[in-house]
Amino acid sequence: MKTVEKQRIQQQFQEKMDYDELLNCMRCGFCLPSCPTYIESGKDEAHSPRGRIALMKAVVDGEIEPDEDVKRSLDMCLGCRACEPVCPSGVNYGHLLEQARDIIYQNQKQSLPVQAVRKAAFQGLFPHQQRMIGLTGLIGFYQRSGLRTVARKSGMMKLLPESMQLMERVLPDVPTSKSMKQRPRHLRPAVPVKKRVAFFAGCLMDTVFLPTNEATTKLLQYVGCEIVVPEAQACCGALHGHSGEKQQAKSMAKRNIAAFEAAEIDYIITNAGGCGAFLVDYSHLLKDEPEWKDRAEVFSSKIKDISSVLVELGFDKFSLSLQDEIITYQDSCHLKNVQKTFMEPRKLLSSIEGAQYVEMKDAGRCCGSAGIYNLVETEMSMQILDYKMEQTKATKAKTIVTANPGCLLQMKLGIEKEGLSDQMRAVHIVDLLLEAYENANPPA
Amino acid sequence: MLTNNARELLTAIVGKENVETSQASKLVYSFDATPQFQAMPDAIVSPRSASEVAQVVKWCNEQEIPVVPRGSGTNLSAGTTPLQGGIVLLMKHLDKILEIDEENLTVTAQPGVNTLELMEAVEAKGLFYPPDPSSMKISQIGGNINENSGGLRGLKYGVTRDYVLGLEVVLPNGEKIRTGGKLAKDVAGYDLTRLFVGSEGTLGIITEATLKLIPMPETKKTVLALYEDMEAAARTVSKIIASKIIPSTLEFLDQPTVKVVEDFSKIGLPTHAKAVLLIEQDGDAAVVEKDIARILSICEENQAIEVSMAASEAEAEALRTARRSALSALARLKPTTILEDATVPRSEIANMVYAINQIAEKHQVEICTFGHAGDGNLHPTCLTDARDKEEMERVEQAFEEIFTTAVALGGTITGEHGVGAMKAPYLHLKLGEAGVEAMRSIKQAFDPKNIMNPGKMFANENRKRVVVKQ
Ligand SMILES: Cc1cc2nc3c(=O)[nH]c(=O)nc-3n(C[C@H](O)[C@H](O)[C@H](O)COP(=O)(O)OP(=O)(O)OC[C@H]3O[C@@H](n4cnc5c(N)ncnc54)[C@H](O)[C@@H]3O)c2cc1C
Ligand code: SF4
Ligand code: SF4
Repeated sequence: MKTVEKQRIQQQFQEKMDYDELLNCMRCGFCLPSCPTYIESGKDEAHSPRGRIALMKAVVDGEIEPDEDVKRSLDMCLGCRACEPVCPSGVNYGHLLEQARDIIYQNQKQSLPVQAVRKAAFQGLFPHQQRMIGLTGLIGFYQRSGLRTVARKSGMMKLLPESMQLMERVLPDVPTSKSMKQRPRHLRPAVPVKKRVAFFAGCLMDTVFLPTNEATTKLLQYVGCEIVVPEAQACCGALHGHSGEKQQAKSMAKRNIAAFEAAEIDYIITNAGGCGAFLVDYSHLLKDEPEWKDRAEVFSSKIKDISSVLVELGFDKFSLSLQDEIITYQDSCHLKNVQKTFMEPRKLLSSIEGAQYVEMKDAGRCCGSAGIYNLVETEMSMQILDYKMEQTKATKAKTIVTANPGCLLQMKLGIEKEGLSDQMRAVHIVDLLLEAYENANPPA
Repeated sequence: MLTNNARELLTAIVGKENVETSQASKLVYSFDATPQFQAMPDAIVSPRSASEVAQVVKWCNEQEIPVVPRGSGTNLSAGTTPLQGGIVLLMKHLDKILEIDEENLTVTAQPGVNTLELMEAVEAKGLFYPPDPSSMKISQIGGNINENSGGLRGLKYGVTRDYVLGLEVVLPNGEKIRTGGKLAKDVAGYDLTRLFVGSEGTLGIITEATLKLIPMPETKKTVLALYEDMEAAARTVSKIIASKIIPSTLEFLDQPTVKVVEDFSKIGLPTHAKAVLLIEQDGDAAVVEKDIARILSICEENQAIEVSMAASEAEAEALRTARRSALSALARLKPTTILEDATVPRSEIANMVYAINQIAEKHQVEICTFGHAGDGNLHPTCLTDARDKEEMERVEQAFEEIFTTAVALGGTITGEHGVGAMKAPYLHLKLGEAGVEAMRSIKQAFDPKNIMNPGKMFANENRKRVVVKQ
C-alpha cells in the first residue's frame, strides 16, 4: 500500500469512524468464543472481533498505520456478526466493520482484475434486475444447451479455481428467461385475508432461485396473506454495503424505500436472511440523510422474515408431513444475529410429522459463505465449511435446511465436496415447508 | 525492536508461523481487559511444547528480553500488558487435557486449556471443578492459576488456589521443575505450588497443572431476593453466614447493574428493586431443602420485598449467565468502565456497601456495585469517560478512598483480580513496606534479571493508577 493511500485512509478513519462505538468495546473478550475466524485461525487475536475493533481504534488514534496487515484482518472477517448478540456491552460491530471497509476500498487502488470484477458485479450487474435476468438466462443456456456437458467432460473446468469449479456444479438449474420476466405483482389468498404484505423478491432469489420465491408466495397465500410485489424494487444492496460500496448501497436503499412506501401493508416479507438484515439496517445506513432517515425507519420496522410471519399466522399448526427422515437447520447468520429470528425456523421444522428435527452442534456458527467471501477468501471459507460438514454429518440428517441463498449454495458445495450428493440434500426452508404441506394436503 | 538475528533464533525454536512481528499483531496483543493500559510488545511467540517454552525463556533470560506470558488476556489488572516490550508468550498450542484420574480425583492439563472446557470434560465423568470466574468461557487454566481467580461458587468451594495440587513450571533460567503432585498430603520443603498460584507470570511459566476434583453435588436450588435498599441486602448476607449456612453462591447486584444486565440478557430480571441477591445452595437434597428454607426466612426477616425460586435448571443457568455479564454490560453506559475488587471480611459487607455509596457521593462519581457478596468481595464499578481529565482525577481519589476503607475494615485491595500493573502502586497499603520488600526478594531469587512480566506487582515509581496510559 502506498504511503499517500495510508495517510488518506487514516485521515478518513479519524473523520468518519464512530469513536464512541469504538470506545464502547471494553475488551472483555466475551465475543472471542463466538467468532469463527478466531477459532479457525487457531486463536489469533488479529482475527477476533476484539482485535479488529482495537485495530480500527488504533488507526483512529494514530497508533498504527492502516497497512496490509490491518486490511488483512478486516478482509478475513466474515461479517457474520456472531460477535454482536454475545457482547454484553452492545457493541455494533457490523456498523464499524462496514464503515472501515468502505473507507479502505474507496481509497485503495486495487489490482486491475479485482477492480474489473467488482465494477462489473457491483455497478454493472446487481443494481439492474434486467441484467441479472440476462446473466441468469446465459447460465440457463449454458446448463441446458449441452455446453455444460461439454465443459465438464473436456476438463475445461479444471482451469477455474477450486471454489469456482464447485460453485459451477452446485448452481441449481436456473429458470428460463421468460419465467423470470413474467412475475406476478399482486396475489390474493383463497382464504380470508389476515395480513397485507409486500414481498421483497431479491435479485438472486428472483432469478436463480425463482422456484423458492414462488414457494414463498404460495405459503403466504395459504396462511392468509394478500401480497403485493412492487415492481420498482431493486437488489437490497447488501453485497455492496458489506464490500465497501456504501454509495451504491445507499442509492439502492432509497429506491427500495420509495418502491415500498406506496403500498399499504403490515409487513415487508423477505426469504433471504442476508437481504432482510440489510433492509433492517437501512435506518442506520441513511441516518445522516435527514430527508430519508424517518422514511428508512418506517421501512425497516416492517421487515419480517418468512418464517417469522408463518409462525405468527399459525402455519406450524397446519398438517405438514414428510417421509421418515432426519432434518437439521443451519442458521443464516444475519437472520439470527441481526433479525434475531432463530426460534421460528426450528418451530416450523419441528412441526413436520414424519421428520425428526435434530439440532446440529454450533448450528448458529457461520457456514463460510458470507456474501462473496467464499470466492475471495476461499481457504478460510473451506476450513469453516469442513467444520460445518462434520457437524451436519454427526446429525445423520438427510436434509440440511437453510434460510438464505448464500448459505444454501455453500451447503450444497459442502455436500458436493464431501461426495455425499446421493445421501444428503440442502434446501431452502420454504421449499421444504411447501413440500411438507403438499405431501400432507395433496392437491385435489 | 527485535533484531533479525533474534527473530531467526526464535523461529528456529518454535517455527516461522509461531513468531509474529507485524504491527497489527503487536497491537492486538498490547492490551488486556484492563482499561487505560496499553503497550506494544516486540514479538508474539507461541511455543508448541513445554520444552520450547524452556528454550525461549532461557534465551530471553540470556538476552535480558522481557517475557510476558499470556492466556486469553481477560485479566483486569493490566497483568499482560507488555509494559517494557519484549515477547508475549502465548499458550494457545498448550491446550490439551492430559488426564482425568477418576481414582485420585484429579485432572492434569496444559495451561492453555479453556476453563469451561475443562469443567465440562470432568463433569462428563460426574466430577466437579468448582472455580468458575465469570470469564470462564474465555479464560485459560494458566491464567486462572496465575491470578488465583475466584467465581460465583467461591463462598463454599474456595478459589483456584484450593484446587491446585501440582505444577510443572519453567523457571526464568530455563530449568523445568515440578511442584506438589497427586498427593493429598505433601510437606517436602517449601510449598512452591502455593507460591506460583497467583504469581501473575512474574516468577515462571506454568506448563502443566494437576488440579483437584470433587464429586458433583447431588442437587442445587437457586433463589432471587429483591430489596428496597442496598444495605438491607448486605445485612441479609451477613445474617446468612452468621446463621452457619454456607451457600454455594451469594451474589449481590445493585439496581443500575440489574438494569443493564436485563438490557442485554432480556430474561425478565426485576429492574424495580434497589438491590438483588442471587443465592444458591447445592448438596444432598435434604440439606439443600433445609438450608434454602432457612435462607428464605432470613431474607424475609431482613426486609426482602420479594423472594422467588428458579423453576428449572435452565432458568437458574440464565440467572447465573446474566450475572456473569454484569461487568461488560455496565460498559454499555459510558465510554470507560473502571472496576475495583476491594474485599472485606464477610461481616463487614454492609459497612463496605455503605462506605462505597458515601464515597461516590462525596466525589460526585457514578459507581455501580455488584459482586461476590458472600466472599466479602465487591466490584464497585465506576462509569466514566477517560477523555474527561477532571472527572478522572475524582475517580482516582474515590478509588483511593475505597482501598483505604477496605483495608481499614480488615480487607484487601484485590480479592481476585490480581495486582498487575494496575494495583502495584497500592500493594504497600495491604502489605506494608516490609511486606512488599519480602515479596521483592522472592522475585529477585527466582528472576534476578527481572525478565518475567516486568512492571507487574511491584511499582517502580509513585504513579497514578487510572489516569496512566502507557
Ligand atoms: C467480564 C469479565 C469477568 C471476569 N470475572 C472474573 C471473576 O468472576 N473472578 C475472577 O477471579 N476473575 C474474573 N475476571 C478476570 C480474569 O478473567 C481472570 O483473571 C482470568 O483468570 C484470566 O485468565 P486469562 O486466561 O485471560 O489470563 P490472562 O489475562 O491472559 O493472564 C493473567 C495473568 O496470568 C499470567 N499467565 C497466563 N498464563 C500463564 C502461564 N501459563 N504461566 C505463567 N503466567 C501466566 C499472565 O502473565 C497474567 O499475569 C473477569 C474478567 C472479565 C473481562
Ligand atoms: S466487542 Fe463486546 S464482547 Fe467483544 S471484547 Fe468488546 S465489549 Fe467485549
Ligand atoms: S463478524 Fe463474524 S467473523 Fe467478523 S469479527 Fe464478528 S464474529 Fe468474527
